[in-house]
Amino acid sequence: MVTVSSWGRLSRLEHQVKVLSARHQVAAQLPSDQLGLVYGMGRSYGDACLNPGGVLWNTQGLNRFIRFDEDTGRLVCEAGVLLRDIQQLFVPRGWILPVTPGTQLITVGGAIANDVHGKNHHQLGSFGDHIHWLKLIRTDGTMIDCSPDVQPDWFAATIGGLGLTGVITEAQIQLRRIPGPWLVAETFPYHSLTDFFHWADSSEAAWEHTVSWIDCLHGGTARGLFMRANPIPSAPRISPASRKLAMPFVPPISLVNKISLPLFNNAYFYLKKRQPEPQIVHYENFFYPLDNLLNWNRMYGPTGFFQYQSVLPRSVGLEATQAMLAEIARCGEGSFLAVLKTFGEREALGMMSFPQPGVTLALDFPNKGERTLRLFARLDAIVQEAEGRLYLAKDARMPRDLFVAGYPRLNEFIHYRDPGISSALSRRLIGD
Amino acid sequence: MPDNTKKIVIIGATSAIAHACARLWALGAAEFFLVGRDPEKLRQAAEDLTVRGAGQVATYVLDANELAKHPAMLARCFETLGRIDIALIAHGTLPDQAACEQDVNLALQEFSSNGLSVIALLTLLANRMEAQGSGTLAVISSVAGDRGRPSNYLYGTAKAAVTTFCEGLRGRLYKAGVHVITIKPGFVDTPMTQGLPLPKLLVASPEAVAKSICQAIEKRTNTLYTPAFWWAIMLVIKHIPTFIFKRARL
Repeated sequence: MVTVSSWGRLSRLEHQVKVLSARHQVAAQLPSDQLGLVYGMGRSYGDACLNPGGVLWNTQGLNRFIRFDEDTGRLVCEAGVLLRDIQQLFVPRGWILPVTPGTQLITVGGAIANDVHGKNHHQLGSFGDHIHWLKLIRTDGTMIDCSPDVQPDWFAATIGGLGLTGVITEAQIQLRRIPGPWLVAETFPYHSLTDFFHWADSSEAAWEHTVSWIDCLHGGTARGLFMRANPIPSAPRISPASRKLAMPFVPPISLVNKISLPLFNNAYFYLKKRQPEPQIVHYENFFYPLDNLLNWNRMYGPTGFFQYQSVLPRSVGLEATQAMLAEIARCGEGSFLAVLKTFGEREALGMMSFPQPGVTLALDFPNKGERTLRLFARLDAIVQEAEGRLYLAKDARMPRDLFVAGYPRLNEFIHYRDPGISSALSRRLIGD
Repeated sequence: MPDNTKKIVIIGATSAIAHACARLWALGAAEFFLVGRDPEKLRQAAEDLTVRGAGQVATYVLDANELAKHPAMLARCFETLGRIDIALIAHGTLPDQAACEQDVNLALQEFSSNGLSVIALLTLLANRMEAQGSGTLAVISSVAGDRGRPSNYLYGTAKAAVTTFCEGLRGRLYKAGVHVITIKPGFVDTPMTQGLPLPKLLVASPEAVAKSICQAIEKRTNTLYTPAFWWAIMLVIKHIPTFIFKRARL
């Protein structure tokens, strides 16, 4: 038994870890009298990747590429391959993953199982939209090859299915042509949510990537920085250094606190506001700024942190977001890692996928126990009223009624669950 | 036009360290001859290297303990690659020391896997590379060969034999322009060490170890401790007087 934490570091619980190292041996490794769960990089913030007291099947050894077609950009690889490995190999060849989240230090299997999204959701949807097929192995040894056309129900259950339908061992991903590793990016300060929506709406047609940083302490009269970017043909520039900084230890108290947060937010807003534009940025710095600080999750101190990510329908998005921001500012909690972004008008294909048309707000909160949970309860009420949902990959605490209301395809999904698989999240929200 | 493609043979090609090295070589111009026991794993390793940019990747199924089959494998290897720029000997097992103490046959079998088979391969490879007059023999030994410890002295003995053999061979082949590098990894996070209670801070990733191996081959290092701090650890361990060492629980 070893102790395993998720990215939020909210718990340190015992797991029995078994390494999966060859895809042709996985079916023989899964049967067990204990419930298991597949585990990639442990980057889920809450408990979606934990199975305390049970088995974790670590996919670190399933990291091989299988085939790549230079003409079509179709890549077949094992589920434990990191998005970073794909990017580093294929970007120099003119291909890129169409969709990546804010970190590339996650596995392909994890990206599928959480149907992750990125800054280009309004144009390209989520990760699952670019999977041609995947191979699933169930704990009873059954192998299921599924795609949008073949066994599409299994495919829809597994995309965003949190690893609960079986173990994804390989997948075919559609890569996308790019002119080079560079993006042209523009940044605009905004001083209200109306402003933000104006920038978002006017940018979405012509700009592939849009995102905004929001100052969570500024209340309902939001302020923040809106960023948009497009790939451009390479200008000869110096690529970012591969040397990364790391948080070497866990500080005794959170470095994100009532003193540091307003200082940082003000400084960041005023510094970035003055930026000459447009700028040429490397894709790694634009997409994955936090990957440059390894173990950044340690800065929240020994009690860890929550991330609260919601999506609200556009019709009530402005008022409801305003109400959430007012609640957050009122209690003075939060973090400088706060993101506001609009999703495109497309329903995700996974039964349990998070993205839906509307606006998504993501915020980190240092874990201060009851105080933090009380704030979340107030935010939950706003989300539920607005008929929104919370992102399961980030969640460690949402109440069951909010989950059931937010994920209407749950009853359909549970038929596809693997009875040999369970997670802390599934036990908390689904009951087994 | 000079042929810049590296011709590389790897024995134990599906081991984590060997495969991580191969991935780095595949980024440049490289052709491979991969030797291993499990045909399916070999095929998967070959596919991976091909996607990563390798030129020709040939595979050959062999249990290194079948010494009589070595010459045929090497003949095929030279037929396929033409010459050898790098030969990486990376196969091995981690014996169960307690079991080896009770079972002579098991002990000798493990000694063969980690020691004799390496010596047999190196003997054949050395002659062909000596004739060729170029190339590098990179041999994965271990820090465990630097001193015999009660917890795994059978493994240590086999690795000590390999280390000493390489030292002698290095001197012999130096005159022919062939380089021999002895690689001594410390604890590496691989399937071989899965489940061992290793001190976390001292465990390196196969990728980090592979990077230092590839650099050392370029620089023609003689003996590589990897990660480098093992040189200091082993310096201390080698100098602990026996009357203390024999009482220590190591």
